[in-house]
Amino acid sequence: MTQRPHQPRLGTTALIYLALAGVLAAGAVATAIDGGNLFATANLVDMLTRTSLTGFLAIGMTLVILCRSLDLSVGYTAALSSLVAATTMDGQVANIPLAVAAVLLVSGLIGAANGAVTAYLGVNPFITTLGTGLIIKGYLDTQYKGPAGDVPALFQQFGYTRIGPVPVSTVVMLAVAAAAIWFLRSTRTGHHMYAVGGDADVARMSGIRTGRTLMAAHVLCGMTAGVAGLLLAARFGTGSAEAYTNLYELDAIAAVVLGGTLLLGGKGGVAGTVAGVAILAVLDTVFNVMQIDPFAKDVLRGAVIIAAVAIYARRQLDPAARRPRFAEGRAS
Amino acid sequence: MTRAKDLLLRATNPTATVFVLLVLVFAAVFAMNPGFFQGPSLMAFLKQAAPLVILAAGQYFVIVSGNFDLSVGALVGAQVVIAARLIDGEESRTAPVLVAMVLFGIGVGLVNGLITTALKVQSFITTLGMLLVLYGAIRLWTGGAPTGSLSESFRVFGRMGIEDVPVLGQIPWALLIMIAVGAGSVLLMRTRFGRVLMAAGDNERAAALSGARVGAARTLAFVLSGLSATIAGVLIGGFAGVSAQVGDGLEFTVITAVVLGGVVLGGGRGSVLAAMAGALVIEALFTLFNQMALPATLRPAVQGAIIIAAVAYAARRRPVPTATATPTPS
Repeated sequence: MTQRPHQPRLGTTALIYLALAGVLAAGAVATAIDGGNLFATANLVDMLTRTSLTGFLAIGMTLVILCRSLDLSVGYTAALSSLVAATTMDGQVANIPLAVAAVLLVSGLIGAANGAVTAYLGVNPFITTLGTGLIIKGYLDTQYKGPAGDVPALFQQFGYTRIGPVPVSTVVMLAVAAAAIWFLRSTRTGHHMYAVGGDADVARMSGIRTGRTLMAAHVLCGMTAGVAGLLLAARFGTGSAEAYTNLYELDAIAAVVLGGTLLLGGKGGVAGTVAGVAILAVLDTVFNVMQIDPFAKDVLRGAVIIAAVAIYARRQLDPAARRPRFAEGRAS
Repeated sequence: MTRAKDLLLRATNPTATVFVLLVLVFAAVFAMNPGFFQGPSLMAFLKQAAPLVILAAGQYFVIVSGNFDLSVGALVGAQVVIAARLIDGEESRTAPVLVAMVLFGIGVGLVNGLITTALKVQSFITTLGMLLVLYGAIRLWTGGAPTGSLSESFRVFGRMGIEDVPVLGQIPWALLIMIAVGAGSVLLMRTRFGRVLMAAGDNERAAALSGARVGAARTLAFVLSGLSATIAGVLIGGFAGVSAQVGDGLEFTVITAVVLGGVVLGGGRGSVLAAMAGALVIEALFTLFNQMALPATLRPAVQGAIIIAAVAYAARRRPVPTATATPTPS
C-alpha cells in the first residue's frame, strides 16, 4: 500500500500507516509470546477477510464524514441489501446482474433519502440517519422473521474465493477504495466535498451547490453499504435481517476516525480509512489468535480506539498542522 | 390579532414545539383510552417515564456544550449489574453500594470529560469507546450473565412512592426524583456554570477568549450525565429488575428525546425543560403505540419517521431564530 495522498497531508496519513505498522508489530510480538504466529497463512486470511466488510462501509462513511455529515443507517441498509440480493437471486445464476442492480438502486435510494432530508430539510444527519435506520429496522423486523432468499453458489464465490491468501472481497474493497481516492482527488464533486465539510457557508458563497454535494456523498455511502450487503449475502448464502445487530455503523465510524478523517469534516481521506480498517482487523485477529475472552475484546477495542485517536487528535486540531483548504496549483 | 400572531410564533419556535407535540400525543392517547388521565394510570406512566426524563436532563448538559454522550446506555446497564452483584440481596449493603454507584457514575463522567477536553478526542469517539469498554467490562466481570440480586430497600426508589394519596393513588418516588432533577437542572442552567456551558456550545473560541473555563464546564457536563445515568440505573433496576441489557440502545433514545426538545446538536441552543419534555413525548408515543396495538416490530419505523418529521419541522425556522424571539417582549 503506497498510496500517496495530497502532498500537504502526507504527515497525517503516513502517521496512520505508521500506527498500523506499530499495531502489526505489537500484535506479532504478543502472539509470538503466546506461542502463535500472526503471519501464518490462516491468520493472514482471517485478517484480510475482516477488512472487506467494514472496509466497504467505511469508504462510504468517509465521504459523508468529509462533508461533515454522518450515516448511522449503513448497518440497516446492508442488512436490507443482503435480503434484496438473496430474494432477487432466488438461487438462479441468471438473476445475479438484476439482483446487483436492484441492491445498488435500493441502497442508493436510501442514501438519497438521507441526503435529501439532511441537505434540504435541515435535519441534523445524526437524527436523519438514526431515523432512516429505525424505519428500515421496523420494516425488516415486520417483514422478515428469519433468513430469506437463496444465493447461487456462483455468487457465493464473492464471499469465499481467494487469490493466494487474499480474498476476492478484499481485492474488490481495495479497488473501490482506489476509485474513491481517485474520486476525491480528481473530480470536481470530490473537491467540493472537502469544501462543504470545511465550511458549508463559504462553499455555498463560492458557488458550490452544497446540497447536491451532500446528496452525492450520501448516495455513494448508501451504495457502498449495498455492496457490503451483497458481501453479507454471499457469505451467508442467504439474506439476513439479523445482520444489523452487529452495529457495523459504529465499527465503520471508528475506522474512519482511526484513519485520521476529522469527524467535523473537511479533512481526511480514504487512504487513511483503509489503514483504520486494517488496524481494527489486525486487533481482532490478534485477539482471536490469543483467544482473548470476547468481552475483554470489547474493552481492549474501546481503549485502543480512544488511545489511538488521542495520540493524533492533538496534532490534527493544531491549527498550524491544518492543510490549506484549497491547496494552490491543485484546483483543476 | 397581534396577540394571536405572537402566540402562534411562540408555539412554533423549536423549544415550544415539543410542548405542542406533547399535548398532541397526550390528546391522541386520551382519545384512544380516556382512562389514561385518571390518577393511578397517569402516575404509573410517569413512574415508567422518569428514568428517560432524568437521562435527558443529563444528556442535555453534554449536548448543549457541544458534545455527545453515547456511553449512558452502557452505564445504566453497568450500574444495574454492579448494584445486583455488590448488594447480592443483603439489605445492609444498600447504602454503601449506592454511594459506590454514585462514585462510579462520577468517575465514568470524569474520564469521558477529561479525555474529551484534555486529550482533545472528539466526544463521539470518547464515549463510543467508553460504551465498548463498559459493555465488555461488565460482561467480563459477571461472566456473561448478571449475578446477585437487589435488596428491597434498593428497589423502593423505582417501585414505591407515597401511598394512599387521594385521587392519584400513589405518588412514585421516581416522579419526585424526576421533578427534583428537573428543578435542579433549571437552576443550574441559570448559574454561571450554565451560562458558560451554553456559551461553550455556541462558540467555543469566543467563550474561551472571554475567560470562561470551557474545558472545566464541559467536563462537569459529562459528570452530570454520568450522575443522571446512575440515578436512572437505580430507578430502572428497582422498577424492572436486573438485566445486563436494560441500557442497550438507550443512548440513542435519549439523544432523540433531547433533539425532539429542540436542543440543537452541536450545542448552544435549547432549554433543559424542553429536553425533558422531549423524553416525555417519546414515552407517551410508546404508550400510544401500545394502545394502538401496533405490532412491536413496527414501532421503530414509526418512531424513526416521527423523529425525522419533528426535527425537520423544528429546523424549518432555525435560520431565523431572532425573528421569532424579537416580537414577543414588546
